[in-house]
Amino acid sequence: MVEAKKKLIDDKGKRLDGRKWDELRPISLQVGLMKNADGSAYIEWGKNKIMAAVYGPKEVHPKHQVLPDRALLRCRYHMAPFSVDERKNPAPSRREIEISKVIREALEPAVIVEDYPRTAIEVWVEVLQSDGGSRCAGLTAASLALADAGINMRDMVVGCSCGIIEDTVVADLDDTEDKEGSGDMPVAIMPNLGQVTLLQVDGIYTRENFQKAFELAIEKGKQVYAMQRDALTTKFFGGEAMTTQVEEVAD
Amino acid sequence: MSVKKNYVMETIRKAQMVQMLAQGKRTDERALDQTRPIKIETGVIQKANGSARVTLGNTQVIAGVKIATGTPFPDTPDKGLLVVNAEILPLSSPYAEPGPPSEDAIELARVVDRGIRESEMVDLTKLCLIPGKSVVTIFVDCNIMNVDGNLFDATSYAVVSALRTAKMKKYSVKDDKVEATEDWIPVPVERTPVSVTMARIGDRLVVDPVTEEEASMDMRITITTDEDGNICASQKGEASTITPAQVLEAADTSIRVGKQIRSEILEATK
Repeated sequence: MVEAKKKLIDDKGKRLDGRKWDELRPISLQVGLMKNADGSAYIEWGKNKIMAAVYGPKEVHPKHQVLPDRALLRCRYHMAPFSVDERKNPAPSRREIEISKVIREALEPAVIVEDYPRTAIEVWVEVLQSDGGSRCAGLTAASLALADAGINMRDMVVGCSCGIIEDTVVADLDDTEDKEGSGDMPVAIMPNLGQVTLLQVDGIYTRENFQKAFELAIEKGKQVYAMQRDALTTKFFGGEAMTTQVEEVAD
Repeated sequence: MSVKKNYVMETIRKAQMVQMLAQGKRTDERALDQTRPIKIETGVIQKANGSARVTLGNTQVIAGVKIATGTPFPDTPDKGLLVVNAEILPLSSPYAEPGPPSEDAIELARVVDRGIRESEMVDLTKLCLIPGKSVVTIFVDCNIMNVDGNLFDATSYAVVSALRTAKMKKYSVKDDKVEATEDWIPVPVERTPVSVTMARIGDRLVVDPVTEEEASMDMRITITTDEDGNICASQKGEASTITPAQVLEAADTSIRVGKQIRSEILEATK
């Protein structure tokens, strides 16, 4: 029979891993680790370990897919067979095909595809270890990899998932919370343009909780964006440059 | 891939459409939050446990329910199985092709499935026969017969209508053996989820877009709600964006429009 469910939040408001309701898991980002790729980024978000690599702009094959006015953005989200508890069949599942599509549609508004007509830009996201919220972590890394490849972009794209466990809205669900909780809402934003580029919802939300979780995801996304920026400046300016360049201009 | 379907004539009409929408007008004279007429016929396939043909304007979908017994998933040993699938048939549109399901078809099936599953429409615990060993399995397969926009909602209404009218054999358990009796009982339906899809064209959201509007849309959002005004599932689609304010506007529209459609579904599946 099913074991009695453990409580996901204790009486003091602590979650299983000790986080508060609105706290993110530890996140680390590194840019440009892959030698062959034009751009790459590696993210560790909780137990998620994800590598994203970008190739392009390059020639389109097969040629009938060429777009005369812009670049063709290709994206694949793939989970390694060893990334989850039970071995996952390496063939792309329906879930992975859908996630590849939503990640592509989340990144494409940020990429100035009109600057690269008749080319392909390829984004490969490989989940080496998965721990809940992997599509958000994956696209956060993919956006960094695009920037690292020097692709023209309107903004960065950054994702964070919020959801509901024990009737409480919480930020950044891990694997257990995702499976045993009652709702998951991945959201991706372009933080400087104030636009949402990915939104998926499952679970049961009152109108009030829906708004609360949605706005929390945006707020947390902005927090991750700061780390994204740090990772880029670390690679290109040795870390300090961006923080010192902001000076008040008196007029 | 990221190729926007090149319905040349429809695409040319986008500028005109945006201009009209600024004055609150659509090309087919509907209000921005008005759906096309919905026709729901149930029991159209006698060999299925339940079925429904939904006609939404010129979009037509047939959903069929097949019920059997099987083994549960190891992580949900006390729950029955409910699987929703959808296929965009080659006879449905000049742009559809036979072959393995396209990315769009996979997204369609998964978004419809999510709405039904997450709203807890069917009480899966009532489908458990022998925990860990035998459960009732419900497959809802949807055939898209004619495409004229908004497959998400038409398919979702067909699934809900088919499930609401489906009958299954009553099973008895004796000495760890499952046997089908001669009695027929309804599927344990608890909720009525309703999905409402909106397209953003320019800066306006329109409910229930037709093909012509979908060819010109920048972004698509589907939101599924239940009878208590809860939001159970959502999916943003297409390679463009939506503002946070518009997400909340879409949520309110979905709750409001969904109410009307829910009463039509309930009426047709009494």
